[in-house]
Amino acid sequence: MSSFFSYLINGISLGSIYAIIALGYTMVYGIAKMLNFAHGDVIMVGSYMAFLAMGSLGLPPVVAVLLAVVVCTILGITIEKIAYKPLRKAPSLAVLITAIGVSYFLQNTALLVFGANTKMFTSVIKLPPVILGDGGVNISGETQVAIVVCIIIMIVLTTFIKKTKAGQAMLAVSEDKGAAELMGVNVNGTISLTFAIGSALAAIAGVLLCSAYPTLSPYTGSMPGIKAFVAAVFGGIGSIPGAFIGGILLGIIENMSKAYISSQLSDAIVFTVLIIVLLVKPTGILGKKINEKV
Amino acid sequence: MKKLLSLGLVLAMSASMLVGCGAKEEAAAPNEAATSESAEGAVFKIGGSGPTTGGAAVYGLAVQRGAQIAVDEINAAGGINGYQIEYNFADDEHDAEKAVNAYNDLKDWGMQVFMGTTTSGPCVAVVEKTNEDNMYQLTPSGTAVEAIKYPNAYRVCFSDPGQGSKSAQYIGENGIATKVAVIYDSSDVYSSGIFNTFREAAEGYGIEIVAAESFTADNKTDFTIQLQKAKDQGAELVFLPIYYQEAALILSQANSMGFAPMFFGCDGLDGILGVEEFDTTLAEGVMLLTPFAADATDELTTSFVSKYQEAHGEIPIQFAANAYDAIYIIKAAIEKAGATPDMSVSDLCEAMKTAMGEINLTGLTGTNMTWTEDGEVNKDPKAVKIVDGAYTAMQ
Amino acid sequence: MKTKMNLTKSTKSTLITVGIVVVAYIVMQILGGAGMLSSLMKGLLVPLCIYAIMAVSLNLTVGILGELSLGHAGFMCVGAFVSAFFSLYFKETMAAGPRFIIAIILGGVVAALSGLLIGIPVLRLRGDYLAIVTLAFGEIIKNIINVMYVGRDEQGIHFSMKDAYSMNLSSEGQILINGAQGITGTPNDSNFTVAAILLVLTLIIVLNLVNSRPGRAIMAIRDNRIAAESVGINITKFKLLAFSISAGLAGIAGVLYAHNLSILQAQPKNFGYNMSIMILVYVVLGGMGNIRGSLIASVILVLLPELMRQLNDYRMLIYSIVLIVMMIFNWSPKAKEFREKYSIKRLLGKKTEKGEA
Repeated sequence: MSSFFSYLINGISLGSIYAIIALGYTMVYGIAKMLNFAHGDVIMVGSYMAFLAMGSLGLPPVVAVLLAVVVCTILGITIEKIAYKPLRKAPSLAVLITAIGVSYFLQNTALLVFGANTKMFTSVIKLPPVILGDGGVNISGETQVAIVVCIIIMIVLTTFIKKTKAGQAMLAVSEDKGAAELMGVNVNGTISLTFAIGSALAAIAGVLLCSAYPTLSPYTGSMPGIKAFVAAVFGGIGSIPGAFIGGILLGIIENMSKAYISSQLSDAIVFTVLIIVLLVKPTGILGKKINEKV
Repeated sequence: MKKLLSLGLVLAMSASMLVGCGAKEEAAAPNEAATSESAEGAVFKIGGSGPTTGGAAVYGLAVQRGAQIAVDEINAAGGINGYQIEYNFADDEHDAEKAVNAYNDLKDWGMQVFMGTTTSGPCVAVVEKTNEDNMYQLTPSGTAVEAIKYPNAYRVCFSDPGQGSKSAQYIGENGIATKVAVIYDSSDVYSSGIFNTFREAAEGYGIEIVAAESFTADNKTDFTIQLQKAKDQGAELVFLPIYYQEAALILSQANSMGFAPMFFGCDGLDGILGVEEFDTTLAEGVMLLTPFAADATDELTTSFVSKYQEAHGEIPIQFAANAYDAIYIIKAAIEKAGATPDMSVSDLCEAMKTAMGEINLTGLTGTNMTWTEDGEVNKDPKAVKIVDGAYTAMQ
Repeated sequence: MKTKMNLTKSTKSTLITVGIVVVAYIVMQILGGAGMLSSLMKGLLVPLCIYAIMAVSLNLTVGILGELSLGHAGFMCVGAFVSAFFSLYFKETMAAGPRFIIAIILGGVVAALSGLLIGIPVLRLRGDYLAIVTLAFGEIIKNIINVMYVGRDEQGIHFSMKDAYSMNLSSEGQILINGAQGITGTPNDSNFTVAAILLVLTLIIVLNLVNSRPGRAIMAIRDNRIAAESVGINITKFKLLAFSISAGLAGIAGVLYAHNLSILQAQPKNFGYNMSIMILVYVVLGGMGNIRGSLIASVILVLLPELMRQLNDYRMLIYSIVLIVMMIFNWSPKAKEFREKYSIKRLLGKKTEKGEA
């Protein structure tokens, strides 16, 4: 029983990280209607920034995280301006391919700049583990922080979108770009803002990811990126609470199948569950129903 | 617009064709020169391959750099039989198909001796081609049995079965533990190869495998589940036939779970102390069977490590050491055979094959290394234990 | 009158596309015979055909049927493993020629069947949801193959999903599929001639389908599903037809792949979503629905990183930049203006042809 509880907590923690990454995917998709495959690599850049800030510059963890967030925000906006903006009117597949190009670019640049050697990421979290049930359950500091941070981000983001003008503008653009423009919404600015927020979240996710699973290489971001993409679709892509639920569920399913079925087949199980969910609810758990016009 | 696009593509293609032809001519020219010219300006062309991009880049880059140091040393000391070495390294992305491409590209460059490939899977594909060409092949680190199944292929490291059974033997004979858990990478040839032979050998040495947990290349960041199972089964020792990056993660996650068994690994674990920012106290007491330890104090190792560090700013892993030795093994074989660069690839291979049975070499990864007919190396594995953040030899 | 003209036009276009392959084949054979081909180029001939088949077959799903699939490499994987298993099993007992022909048919058929099986539940999803489900299927296939252990000894075939040891093979036994270590020792039956023939066959199948009645139905579904339904086109049937043909052709590419190398492993690199996306890149760059474009784009993009080997460390970096620049050049409004100003079309006069071959 106690081990079941540890599996569950670890699953939620992993899921929280997926959820934060998935938020970036989902927001960008909602606004720009594109799958930003480079998102996972922004995570990697954020982690390297935090790593360098702490290791080489000797900055305290909080400053390091802030620096990573700033760098990723700038990176996100730059990528959008250079690679995606010229293609705003192009077919969505063309943008998808560009995003893949950007992803390769970031990976290979990181390979040249930081080297292929795995770096060991020093955790930014110094909380003591919580031990329950006579040592049977051990919740590490990283696990606690990941869950708390995810919930905070969730609340802040929802409030931001509901209560602020910029947030409403984001909603408007995702609903109907043309109409929003006519109503005086700065569409380009809003899209940039979305990329900025998504990338800042990626930086936070990167730091959390590398604190919990402390290795760092130029390819660190790609698999969590894909998993988070799955999580976003799971919850209904474009939906913010959907990304949250999708992420957490994915984390739990992954950990439970590893624990009780097969560690080799856990990916297959995660994907099978995804397929079943989509077959029952073709737009994900919280996805909006698409009404087709004739 | 589509038409324009295809036109653009055609243009790009013709351009790349031109580039291709140019490159081909370039490549062909020195090749002819090497065979037709007299001994005066001739060089031995040694090619190597391994992943220098992609997820396995760390191994390929280590091989590339380790071999480069050996080549530079040999060239500075007057070369092999008085001939300089020309060295070229091609990227195979840790993919069988790309590895064949890389090998073909090296052939176009005029390669006479092949030092590769770095990883097992690609090696199995390439050995087929080297056998067709009868090109001498020496893999520094391809551990799969099939990687050297032809008589023209040799290796510097131990094979997978060798490592697995030697580990079981070591654990059993020294009475280190009886309840053993294994965590291995089921998607990796090296790791699952060792695990399979370890499992076969374990029973014979009274070892009980209480948990055999695996992970895959897509799923190698969270090991808490695997560790939890090992813990629940009361494992005294966790055997890690994996590479050091994942092992570093496992150690730190075990620590944060409050699980402290003994850890035992193979040569893939070497390098764990060199991981940047890794808390080496976590690795305290880890045992590993490895032919190379970067902080050994013999003259050869210290000179190699300092040269490598100077050039690349990091501590070499065993792949680099294997590659360094590989170049010296090639040198020894060529010298023994009394070969010259004007020999054909096939003649060179035949001469070196005979020589391989006769040479006896001491390098970074072993003393008095000799080779058997089937290409395997004879050397003693060293068991080391990490004490106070450094490798210490075990008896 | 008009339909007749269209027909001749499409036949002509088919002939041109097939002609390109035939001419390329002859040129390569002559160059090879004269010893003018580099070893790299010689080694690349079969892979070029493989990726061209992949791109053409994916174009059937993405360009003609209009459904985004990110799991095409999964079907290639199925074809590769089924045929490699077959060939290895009968390595000693069958002659190479018939064995390879059966392997090709088997790989294609099994992959097409798996396409059908996957297509039935999945094709009712749309757009990005379909994309993610196909990606998921590709990964599931890869994942399952990586835990399959099959061996045989005098008692028959043994199977395990755990490890090679659990199969309890006798000492005489032979491991055929060794989990993640895959299949080793597949006979190298692929060669350029077979590959080129299969490529031509693929082109003929796809182009004929496109220009046939079912093909027009499929394109009608792509352009307006509801309208197509309202005129009585059986959507499910035609979607499944296109999807499973596409899968079957990918399976054939997989057979070539498996018999071109002596080791076959299902890794993220060769059968994962990365490969599916790579193939998609070929299709998009060549032009959606443009079969000839896929052919050319795949050849260029497979050659590009190989020809850039001299650049060493910067090879993949430059490749990624080329990708981004190509996409922007093709689709950005500013680049469009620029192209219209300095277009080759204007320079060469009006020599237009519809690219939809």
